[in-house]
Amino acid sequence: MVFEPGVTQLVIICFYLALLLALGLFSNRLFSGSSKDYMLASHSIGPFLLLMSIFGTTMTAFALVGSTGESYKEGVGVYGLLASSSGIIHSLCFFVLGVKLWSLGRKYGYTTQIEFFRDRLESDKLGLLLFPVLVGLVIPYLLIGVMASGTVVTAVTRGAFPVWFESTQGGVPGWLGSLVICGVVLTYVFFGGMRGTAWANTFQTIVFMVLGLVAFFVIASQIGGKEGLWANLVAASESIPRDKLVRAGNPSMSYLRFATYMFVPLSVGMFPHLFQHWLTARKASNFKLAVVAHPLFIMIVWAPCVLIGAWAAGNLVPIPPAVDANANAILPFLVKRFSGDVLGGFLTAGVLAAIMSSLDSQFLCVGTIFTNDIVVHYGGKNRFTDKQIVMIARTFIILIVAITYGLSLLDYRRVFTLGVWCFSGFSALFPLVLAALYWKGLTKAGAYASVITAISLWCYFFYQSDFAGNPHYSVLDMMPVAPMLAGSTLALILVSLVTPRPSEETLQKFFPAKDS
Amino acid sequence: MKYLVWSLVVALIILHQDFWNWDNANLVFGFIPVTLLYQVCISLGAGITWFLAVQFAWPQELEYIEQQMEEKKGEE
Repeated sequence: MVFEPGVTQLVIICFYLALLLALGLFSNRLFSGSSKDYMLASHSIGPFLLLMSIFGTTMTAFALVGSTGESYKEGVGVYGLLASSSGIIHSLCFFVLGVKLWSLGRKYGYTTQIEFFRDRLESDKLGLLLFPVLVGLVIPYLLIGVMASGTVVTAVTRGAFPVWFESTQGGVPGWLGSLVICGVVLTYVFFGGMRGTAWANTFQTIVFMVLGLVAFFVIASQIGGKEGLWANLVAASESIPRDKLVRAGNPSMSYLRFATYMFVPLSVGMFPHLFQHWLTARKASNFKLAVVAHPLFIMIVWAPCVLIGAWAAGNLVPIPPAVDANANAILPFLVKRFSGDVLGGFLTAGVLAAIMSSLDSQFLCVGTIFTNDIVVHYGGKNRFTDKQIVMIARTFIILIVAITYGLSLLDYRRVFTLGVWCFSGFSALFPLVLAALYWKGLTKAGAYASVITAISLWCYFFYQSDFAGNPHYSVLDMMPVAPMLAGSTLALILVSLVTPRPSEETLQKFFPAKDS
Repeated sequence: MKYLVWSLVVALIILHQDFWNWDNANLVFGFIPVTLLYQVCISLGAGITWFLAVQFAWPQELEYIEQQMEEKKGEE
């Protein structure tokens, strides 16, 4: 039986999405009905699930689609920019911040970052400042996933419906692909909560890692047009233009820009969805596997993608102008070009898995923040039943999915560039969480000054960069994150030094004497 | 050992700034760009360093918190 091109891929994608829905609905059967279970899976997550859910959450469209596209545009130096640096910095954050925040969360019953900061700094209003900042920064992160999922679905289903969708050459339009992906993620988050999210993340992380490697070998064994894997690898790499092999002469990779890129992965210290994942751990030692394996997992995912992107920049594969103009489409284009319909469908499912494994945590986290830090905090803990709290979280999740989807229809930006802006904003808030955990001298006013400085600088630089339209934007030849981080750190220290500290009781609570 | 582990983390951060490879277009084994291979080795180094960190610099006091939580759970 012969199908229109793209139909087989579409059927496999639909099958994969149905499988995810089933997983989400099944995890709902284990749902105890309590808000703690919905938001934190009752602190029941073991080391393997913790590793996979944290890794799946951190690796989004940015890792597969974004890294390939960015390598196609900027060359193999992209790996050093974010992958290897993330391997060092992410695990550092898990080790230095994650474990400590987990212990405080378990001890004092926190669910969100805002609860922790309110308590630590004795400031109710600080939550009102942090809420729009954190949610506002998560939204571009969500947009990355929603936009990329639409691009991927369009690219691989091209030819399936030539009569219905002429403008996309028969491919399912991006708006429709994104809508379906949002619907699926929303459904399993809605029903499964954190447990469903952790399970789905684990399943999807395995899927995208395995299929990512399969994609690499499929492409690598054919791209050079030679016989055998080795001959193709050599031919493909020899075709990479010199400017994609080196960083010299690339405006995106001056020494200073490269060095200051290292500040970008500090963002994981302030990701609200990661905070929530940290708190799901059953015990502190469950973090050990995540700390060790995270850099290796990043390597397994990023290195093949970066190499594929650089190969695409060579002259072995003619890249159509439409794909060349949209770097996010490079990986799906190559997958479709070099694999059969069935394998192509599975590989596409892998790419979508990477995207959805981040979207789910972010949707859940935004719903949790709104419910815990606004509705329950100001409405009063005794005003709502646990069932009502879960319902409020679910309602807000639907709202945030709808808003994100609407925004994704407005404009196109390079996934990588948009991602770096979002991460930079979170990185600029890093001094706040570090000081809150390790510096008794941090004050409420210092925290306000730090957050306001960080977000003001972010808004100013974002505006200057044509709202992420200019991927080479820098400040004094540095990544914008460097002055943002310096500004927020300086504001935090200077203001804290001249303003009153929290009460002795609070300091004792967070910095107990060693011998007690 | 703790100091050694943290020194390794600092060394990795410094070694990551490989300005000596900036204009190096060599292909190792005929197909891996040297820039990429070097940074992949940094990733492997990070994995080893963090393995040493969890072995020798793990905050032991947190095990006490776990015990406290277990006791509290038992009382409830």
